Amino acid sequence: MSDALQTLGEYIADRRPDCVSTWWIGNGDLTVEVAPASLVDFVEFLRADPSCQFTQLMDVTAIDYPERERRFTVVYHFLSMKQNQRICLHAGVREDEAIASLTSMFPSADWYEREVFDMFGVVFSGHPDLRRILTDYGFRGHPLRKDFPTSGYIELRYDDVQKRVVYEPVKLVHEYRQYDYLSPWEGAKYILPGDEKAGEAK
Amino acid sequence: MMDGSKGFDDAKTGEQKIRNFNMNMGPQHPATHGVLRLVVELDGEIVERADPHIGLLHRGTEKLMETRTYLQNAPYLDRLDYSSPMNQEHSYCLAIEKMTGVEAPRRAKLLRVLMAELSRIGNHVMNVTTAAMDVGALTPPLWGFEIGREEVFTFFERASGARMHCNYFRPGGVHQDVTPDLLDDIEAWVPRFLKTLDDLDGLLTENRIFKQRTVDIAIVTEQDVYDWALTGPMARSIGFAWDLRRTQPYDLYDEFEFKIPLGKNGDCYDRYLMRMEEMRQSASIVQQAIAKLRAPDGQGDILARGKLTPPPRADMKSSMEALIHHFKLYSEGFKVPKGEIYCATEAPKGEFGVYIVSDGTNKPYRVKLRAPGFAHLQATNHLGKGHQLADLPALIGTLDIVFGEVDR
Repeated sequence: MSDALQTLGEYIADRRPDCVSTWWIGNGDLTVEVAPASLVDFVEFLRADPSCQFTQLMDVTAIDYPERERRFTVVYHFLSMKQNQRICLHAGVREDEAIASLTSMFPSADWYEREVFDMFGVVFSGHPDLRRILTDYGFRGHPLRKDFPTSGYIELRYDDVQKRVVYEPVKLVHEYRQYDYLSPWEGAKYILPGDEKAGEAK
Repeated sequence: MMDGSKGFDDAKTGEQKIRNFNMNMGPQHPATHGVLRLVVELDGEIVERADPHIGLLHRGTEKLMETRTYLQNAPYLDRLDYSSPMNQEHSYCLAIEKMTGVEAPRRAKLLRVLMAELSRIGNHVMNVTTAAMDVGALTPPLWGFEIGREEVFTFFERASGARMHCNYFRPGGVHQDVTPDLLDDIEAWVPRFLKTLDDLDGLLTENRIFKQRTVDIAIVTEQDVYDWALTGPMARSIGFAWDLRRTQPYDLYDEFEFKIPLGKNGDCYDRYLMRMEEMRQSASIVQQAIAKLRAPDGQGDILARGKLTPPPRADMKSSMEALIHHFKLYSEGFKVPKGEIYCATEAPKGEFGVYIVSDGTNKPYRVKLRAPGFAHLQATNHLGKGHQLADLPALIGTLDIVFGEVDR
């Protein structure tokens, strides 16, 4: 399996050196990093090439790395039923940048891209109907960004006096508890209580 | 003819101009299997456009998973597609096992196959019978639920302690071993279940009304399978021999003998037949799994003892290290090496994939759950266009939609 993937990776990198910036095999998955500008072209190649035939777009998602210049990595998962192979594409986009939509090639990209737009705020140019999909009507913000709090900003309840659902800012009865169980002896980035005195003592 | 084409001058006023009718279906419609709001544009009774509005059950599972450890996240998988909980745990556990390089023992793998197939039966019983109810047959759910779901849940409860949200599959194996009694009871249940399945068959398969409502409705073509990323029974109904249990085998599925039913027409009726036959095949896998579990090489531990799994309870009574390990496992959790993985299994509804990005800590950096229902539901507009409004429930019923996984 891994040999076949290796061959496939080499083949793709060989055929389209202009699109592939780097590729690797990790945990049994072939991942190819693509420049966003050549994405559509490259996907077309993956679909049409007889030794690839990635004719199904299984999933589109994104990863948020706030510290990177290209903040979002948009991830595409393709499946080839004929070759029985999978491939994963990575394309890094900046926050103020749009990436080309794949809806003209794969109708299934429609909802996937809407979801990524909803959750991360990545804009897909050429998408016919880029609305929010999973969040509430009138929702603001992009929940899966790392700077969006897990508790959110607004909450809603049924108000018995007004006889309707009302939206209010989130009121937490106690502070939001985020337990950090990582052992402080290995890899904790914060200063342990009392450790700040260590420098003063010298 | 009210559009004035037959010389009625007074019908030409603006008020009587015929326009398409927009209608809301749901979100509280029993035939939409949950909280689907479907905005339908109708020309008479013909569906011109169907726009599903989803997200009413969105619980932010993926966001929540980023703030919890890998072990704490496992129960969330049950709550996605709540009619086949074990199959989703399967993807998640396999993904973590692959990332950490842990191999579950043979007995654990057999138990997983057993439970996954029981879940598949439970899921298909629910789908087939409620889809039949959507098109007017009330008896199938009453006959099927007792033996096809309730008793399956009882087996789950006896294995894991929970009826629906089992959290039974763990990275590195399964939570608990089963008793020999349970295996005996499951074995005794299989023929009784097959009898009920035959009864359902008799109720539906040649039923004139059922066939009128499903044959040639919402036909899937080969191109649709590619375009809309259809998997599972949706893809098999048009003849794609694609089942991840066979094409990309996981756990011990390559040891089992089972057939993959294929359809010819890709309509609602074929999808129904597909699920009925899959249940029979699953029942046969269940029997094979029980036989293998009783065989000498099917004995042994059910967890790959190591960093991912707790020590045996008996060790904790005498060994300090085991006690510390247990405490650390359930507080700090285990760390997964940096990297990413997409791991898919054949859930009853189609391909259920888990995409995990790990940054090397005890919590996932990003988790994406690829639900088959999400992909299938977005084909509603394409498949339902041009059909009667009354055909939409038949389509949605055989798409096999559960909103827990669509909305996540």
